[in-house]
Amino acid sequence: MADIIDMPKLSDTMSVGTLVKWLKKEGDAVKSGDMLAEVETDKATMELESFFTGTLIKIFAPAGAQVAIGAALCAIGKPGEAVEAPAAPAAKTPDAPAASAPANESPAPAPAPVTVAPAPVAPAAPATVAAPVTAAVVADPGPAGGPRVKISPLAKKIATDQKIDPSRLTGSGPHGRIVKADVLAAAANPALLAPAASQISNGKSQIGALGAKGPIQPDRLVPASNMRAIIAKRLLEAKTQIPHFYLEIEVDAEPLLAVRSQLNAAFEKEGVKLSVNDFILKASADALRRVPGVNASWTGTGIQYHGAAHVSFAVAIEDGLITPVIRDTHTKSVFAISAEAKPLGKRAKEKKLKPEEFTGGTFCVSNLGMMGIERFSAIINPPNAAILAVGTTVTKPVVKNGGIVVGQTMVLTLSCDHRVVDGALGAQFLAALKDLLEKPALLLV
Amino acid sequence: MIKKTPSAKKSEVAAAGYDARQAPINAKLGQDEKIQFYRDMLRIRRFEERCLRSYQQGKIGGFLHLYIGQESVAVGCCSVMSDNDHIITAYRDHGHALGVGMGMNELMAENFGKYTGCSKGKGGSMHYFDPSRHYWGGHGIVGGQIPLGTGIAYALKYKGIKGACMAFMGDGAVNQGAVHESYNLAALWDLPVVYIIENNGYSMGTSQERSSAGESLAGRAAGYGMNWAIVENGHDVYEVRDKVSRALKLAHEQSKPTVLEIRTYRYRGHSVADPDSTYRDKAEIEAYKNTKDPIMVYQHALLAEGVLTEEIIKTIDDSARAEAETSAQFAEQSPYPTIEDIKKDVYWEVDNPQDKKSVGSLFFD
Amino acid sequence: MPLITYREALRHAMAEELERDPNVVIMGEEVAQFNGAYKVTEGLLAKFGPKRIVDTPISEAGFLGMGIGSAMLGMRPVMELMFFSFYSVAFDQIFNNAANIRYMSGGLINCPIVIRGPANGGTNVGATHSHTPESIAAYHPGIKVVVPSTAYDAKGLLKSAIRDNDPVMFMENTMLYGETGEVPDEEYLVPLGSAKVMREGKDISIIGHGRAIQMALKSAEMLKHKHNIDAEVVDLRSIRPLDEETILASVRKTNRVLLVEEAKPFCSVSAMLACIIQEKAFDYLDAPIRRVTSVDAPAIYSPPLEKEQLPTPQKIFDAALAVLK
Repeated sequence: MADIIDMPKLSDTMSVGTLVKWLKKEGDAVKSGDMLAEVETDKATMELESFFTGTLIKIFAPAGAQVAIGAALCAIGKPGEAVEAPAAPAAKTPDAPAASAPANESPAPAPAPVTVAPAPVAPAAPATVAAPVTAAVVADPGPAGGPRVKISPLAKKIATDQKIDPSRLTGSGPHGRIVKADVLAAAANPALLAPAASQISNGKSQIGALGAKGPIQPDRLVPASNMRAIIAKRLLEAKTQIPHFYLEIEVDAEPLLAVRSQLNAAFEKEGVKLSVNDFILKASADALRRVPGVNASWTGTGIQYHGAAHVSFAVAIEDGLITPVIRDTHTKSVFAISAEAKPLGKRAKEKKLKPEEFTGGTFCVSNLGMMGIERFSAIINPPNAAILAVGTTVTKPVVKNGGIVVGQTMVLTLSCDHRVVDGALGAQFLAALKDLLEKPALLLV
Repeated sequence: MIKKTPSAKKSEVAAAGYDARQAPINAKLGQDEKIQFYRDMLRIRRFEERCLRSYQQGKIGGFLHLYIGQESVAVGCCSVMSDNDHIITAYRDHGHALGVGMGMNELMAENFGKYTGCSKGKGGSMHYFDPSRHYWGGHGIVGGQIPLGTGIAYALKYKGIKGACMAFMGDGAVNQGAVHESYNLAALWDLPVVYIIENNGYSMGTSQERSSAGESLAGRAAGYGMNWAIVENGHDVYEVRDKVSRALKLAHEQSKPTVLEIRTYRYRGHSVADPDSTYRDKAEIEAYKNTKDPIMVYQHALLAEGVLTEEIIKTIDDSARAEAETSAQFAEQSPYPTIEDIKKDVYWEVDNPQDKKSVGSLFFD
Repeated sequence: MPLITYREALRHAMAEELERDPNVVIMGEEVAQFNGAYKVTEGLLAKFGPKRIVDTPISEAGFLGMGIGSAMLGMRPVMELMFFSFYSVAFDQIFNNAANIRYMSGGLINCPIVIRGPANGGTNVGATHSHTPESIAAYHPGIKVVVPSTAYDAKGLLKSAIRDNDPVMFMENTMLYGETGEVPDEEYLVPLGSAKVMREGKDISIIGHGRAIQMALKSAEMLKHKHNIDAEVVDLRSIRPLDEETILASVRKTNRVLLVEEAKPFCSVSAMLACIIQEKAFDYLDAPIRRVTSVDAPAIYSPPLEKEQLPTPQKIFDAALAVLK
């Protein structure tokens, strides 16, 4: 049977080693004492020595790999012998502190590719609120029970034993501290107790029990999930490294809403249910065709213009957000977009998107209209050059045909990367978008 | 009680034509004894090779200072100890421990941090002890054991015991103040101690040239009026035996200290985690291995003498490997110390409550 | 009972133990022919000869290490440091070897050594010679630390320390060497780890060790005289082992605590005591614990200022009143 050579512990502080280079190759004869490979530890680059004699029949870890202690590196056996890569290392001696530390650090899986959707993030569901703190025993005014009573440990103990409310005592010690003598004096002479303090204090405590005076949630530190860590990193980079500027335009939403309801009514039997967002995705793609300079990316040394418009849209999911992409949006009808966007959104919430379904977008739409937000500014999702933030439709007085009528409007905010999109270009894009949305028939041709 | 030692002199045993094999201590050796030295050296090497594997498997924590290449020194020295002689060394202590007869099992278990280890898993590889075999450690701080060895010699003399202490150190230790203070006390008071510098050429990664002034390390003894000698061929177990036994004789018969510098070589890094490439060439190690490996040289000598045969060599090797393997299994299967054990062996009184004289708290957690 | 000095009490303890056990030797700088730098060992050479009373070179790491090695082989060396401050020259020997040898050998080796000498300030010898390392020594498990404040305790504790099978650091005080106290002729031992209530009181516990206890006793008289306050004074006598019971009993009785010592305040014995008291007698405290220590700086030479740097009866008196406020 072949002998498996594991990543050795080569230093007192090592947990993972980098296989720098193999000094033998598969098929080479090996004898005990031969050097097999170079391994870089936290201290130095060391040679990996063979304790076995035979033939190097299989290499499991390629040069450059980072390998945890105990994970298989290669096998030495008889020529032609079959060998399988062993499973990930089990903890060698879980009860031994020195040995268990490295065992916890099995090779880190590559981080799941997460494309980050633009901020802002939909608020998380409110955390469970801890049960309100009930009033402590009468002698122990806790933090929730009003101002702290300064009392020595001994005086407090005596007060508790004697059932005396310390808030009714006057302290004679330094800084008004209640000391043993004060409690004993009050115990001997109840007249020294402040009269109403107890009732007030108790009353407050009772209300406190009912009136949500407790903490809004337990203090706690939640370690960042992989997704949260990537979101945090990428959005910080985007917001700090991209020179953002913002353009805003108000759109008359009435024609769009009218067309939408007509179409939804007409195709109800076919199961069509177009959303406002579907139209905005379609309008965005068409506006990009009119103003293609926005469908671009800053590469560091130049501007990459994209021939195809792949419009993505932000979806809030548990612990984060993600941006599914409608590929080749510029070629698709609003019906096709709608048919694609719905399942994408659903699977996004279930975290079942494949990487190609949430990467490669060239423009992004973030819509918080459904949550009543009137307007907001989004953070650009690199490498896009712009992102569109869509507010809710508002019913309000508008001037139409020289008179004031009740209208329905929507505010669109475009965040632009100034390295790629200048003010005029961004304005042209928003004007095109407004034109398309206010003449929704154009979106159907 | 203070008496000046006669002016220091370097022992004149290295004269031309010197043949350690013919030295009286070696000339009378029987076949079995000769084979025993071979076996002892090989056992050290196989034990340590097995230690290295266990270290790399994560079974042994911390450092692992291997003695491989220096086996002739420990075996030679321990083989000339008499019943009243004692030994103390630094952290590269596996060879001496096996040399005085400690078992592989208790040593490997100690390395594994197990309760069955010679120090109940409280010392580790650097801190082996067995006072019943006059083996006083196993010490982690460079040169820190030398005053202790001096004190053991002092106690022997005080008690009128005709014995000596061999106090081992590396070539790096000679620059520690405590070593020089010890030299002074030993010479001043004529203590029966043999200071043995195992000069493997490097104090960790710094060569002797880069760390120690003067021509020879042992020669510093002259400043204290102490006898000194250099064992040029430290890989030759015969030469080690001859010169160490002369120093011990001086200690036994005249209660005089000696500094011996034994030239030797280590093949592995200072600790096995330390790289070699920063301070020496592989070629240097290979050259030593090929010409002066103490086991190889001795094996050839014994083959030439007709003491060893290939068959015996194989039997000895197989048995040493098996013993080392068994020790690893023993260590693996042994229990760790318990949480309660952490606070045992701190104070004699706590461990011997029936004889406890003090009152009050000794621990504060 | 005869009145003898603290110095004589120490000498008597050593002489009795030298006679009792042939494994006891006295070693140190100037202990034999010179009769002791502070005359503690005066006359011992004449009585016991050079084999038992040994002058060493000025070589603390060397001779302390040697003593530790000899203790491993069954001797009971009593090593004098001319000033305890010189312990730092032998730090590795004391704290790596003496403190750890039993542990690292899994209990196979003992180290019955006593390292003794004066550890105090107040004699204008400057920062290098005025260290008070009780807490540094006691920090190390495996080591025992003893600090007598009277002649009676000096003798009884030193005899116990010499018979003890663990390493003991025995810290004396040059300012106390000439102080007299009642010491019985007949043999007695004071066990390590027992504190002593030097003065009973009900209003405040003043707890400490060494010369600070002598000051605390003066302060207690001032408190009684001027304010009719009954202070209880507790002398720890032994730092490790520590008599927690006597300390806590006093705290439970008086409910107010002032800790006194000659050492610097940071991580000192009193800092440790404050921790123990709040942990084990929290509900008995009627006021925060206060401390009187040396002013937190290296020992100053300037004679009038060194007095001010160290605790004084007045400082202890003032601090006690603050605790009682």
